Amino acid sequence: MPVQALRLSHYTVSNALGHGLAASWQALREGRSGLRPLDYAPVLSGRPLQTWIGRVEGLEAVCLPPALADYDCRNNRLALLGLQQDGFEQAVAVLRERLGAARIGLFLGTSTSGIEETESAFARRDAQGCLPAGYRYRQTQGPFSLADFCRQYLGLCGPVQLISTACSSSLKVFAAAERHIAAGLCDAAVVGGVDSLCQSTLYGFNSLELISAEPCRPWDAQRNGINIGEGAGFAILQRSGEAGQGPRLLGYGESSDAWHMSTPHPEGDGAVAAMQQALARAGLEASAIDYINLHGTSTPSNDRAEDRAVLRVFGNNTPCSSTKGWTGHTLGAAGITETVFAALALEHGYMPQTLNTRSIEPGLDAGVLLHPREQSLQTVMSNSFGFGGSNASLILGRAG
Amino acid sequence: MIQATVMGLGLAAPGLDDWAQALPCLRGEQPWPGGALSVPSPTLLPANERRRTTPLIRLAMGVAEQACAQAGIAPAELACVFASAEGDTLIVERLCEALSLPEKPISPTQFHNSVHNAPAGYWAIAAQARQPSTSISAGPASFAAGLLEALSYLQAEQAPVLLIAYDTALPLSLAPHGDVQQSFGCAMVLAPQDEGLAQLACLGLASGKPSTLAQPEWEVLRRANPAAEALPLLAALARGESAQLALRYLDEAVLQVQVG
Repeated sequence: MPVQALRLSHYTVSNALGHGLAASWQALREGRSGLRPLDYAPVLSGRPLQTWIGRVEGLEAVCLPPALADYDCRNNRLALLGLQQDGFEQAVAVLRERLGAARIGLFLGTSTSGIEETESAFARRDAQGCLPAGYRYRQTQGPFSLADFCRQYLGLCGPVQLISTACSSSLKVFAAAERHIAAGLCDAAVVGGVDSLCQSTLYGFNSLELISAEPCRPWDAQRNGINIGEGAGFAILQRSGEAGQGPRLLGYGESSDAWHMSTPHPEGDGAVAAMQQALARAGLEASAIDYINLHGTSTPSNDRAEDRAVLRVFGNNTPCSSTKGWTGHTLGAAGITETVFAALALEHGYMPQTLNTRSIEPGLDAGVLLHPREQSLQTVMSNSFGFGGSNASLILGRAG
Repeated sequence: MIQATVMGLGLAAPGLDDWAQALPCLRGEQPWPGGALSVPSPTLLPANERRRTTPLIRLAMGVAEQACAQAGIAPAELACVFASAEGDTLIVERLCEALSLPEKPISPTQFHNSVHNAPAGYWAIAAQARQPSTSISAGPASFAAGLLEALSYLQAEQAPVLLIAYDTALPLSLAPHGDVQQSFGCAMVLAPQDEGLAQLACLGLASGKPSTLAQPEWEVLRRANPAAEALPLLAALARGESAQLALRYLDEAVLQVQVG
């Protein structure tokens, strides 16, 4: 089924490049990465890990409102910081006033939620092995924590979903929101995703030998893994007539690899299915896509599989790039972060390069940009693929 | 209003291994035996893969297999909605225990099992299911939110969908700090066609109190596991009755559904 006419009327991102849209946009323009050598405190005191990360400045000082203090954790602090940028929470308040709190859906993605709290609680067990008394599973580490915090903070009481499909989580929020609006369950939706640094992902990806000791270099012949980042991003999705300006949601696709828990299908079968479904839903030929923001994690197998998939759907002429070299891999926030980057590309007619990448691995033939390109864009795609073989692809069209 | 046909059901509860065993209890003809949940052993998974899974993954897959078998639809053809309020809390415990040690001995299997969509990933591989699949949580409203997602997918795509809701009791270390006290899982195959076990219509969210169950022991289970918030619906389906039900949502809200 084709999607109804929906627009992203407002959007915001916060990540290693800074707080709010302008910080990300400036860094993308200037080719300035937000990655830094690992300086995440809980890991510095543990087993040494050589890597770079995309850390968000200032989270330690963020205070949740007293009524929601039980939800305090790094992930919800990042959520709050994100909601406070670019007038986003004010825009939600205006929407709430117009439609009513019960008619606005909330669809958010995260991968690891507030697991840092549990990691810390286990390190502070008492002599009997009991976790500290003030530790709260449901409000911090439970998967719903992020959406539960945000719905109360934003004063929304429509349908709510927390999607947790690893690295595709916050791209799939657009699909769920579109379905709920189409079914009449809500009239507009707040979508987004937040994921934050924790030991689980740093040591977990390390156990899979997927962590790079250097700034990541997607598609590079020498690439050797990811840098983990953290980020928050949100968007308001409304029907076209009510949304004024803003990029249009033209299509989305979702598929399952049915192949392996942590490695993509080598020929990119699932990614091909997601991209083709997005094109079919948008009623577009592959040639109509002007730019693709790749998932591009910089692991050898992920980039190879995505390269195969993009070649199978688009051939080698469609300009594409991975922006992981700017932000690191923000996991459950990657979908929203890169969809907003794709929206910025549309708005400014500017395709960012694949930062840090020097020479593309021979045999990878997708149209990967090593230099930025300025060109008016009409339609862009964003890809996100995750563990468990969860694939999602989204198409945005230019405002107007 | 979204309408669907219930094609197949699956259930695993303490003392009840499957939907057939649950039927007389849900109809009130027999008492609920209680006891411990016997974790299913999904037949779709090869033994070497099964060894890598956790009780939560096997619970989700076990009830999903039951529902598909009753529906007579190949699992590969079904889109999936996996709904779990708290995810794999046993894996959380093991992961955080390992991270509290100086060597941080996390295994790759433990790490990939830690994603909320691990049951969905194993299911897709076992069933060769390449259709869209999502894995969600809505805390205490997880079953109702999963049903809304399944029905909105069905409405948009006019295609059958498998809904699986499941949570396992919190492990010892986390039990004092969370809410899930019993293990429970259920699954239903919903389809747009007319012929099936029963008709289901979604009337939307409203203010109200959730429907309760006549038997007090079922009420205890309903309150002890977010997936068991499906029980009022499952009991109506077991009795083959027409009923308008209110399923627990968030705060003072319920999801109103009609079965018959």
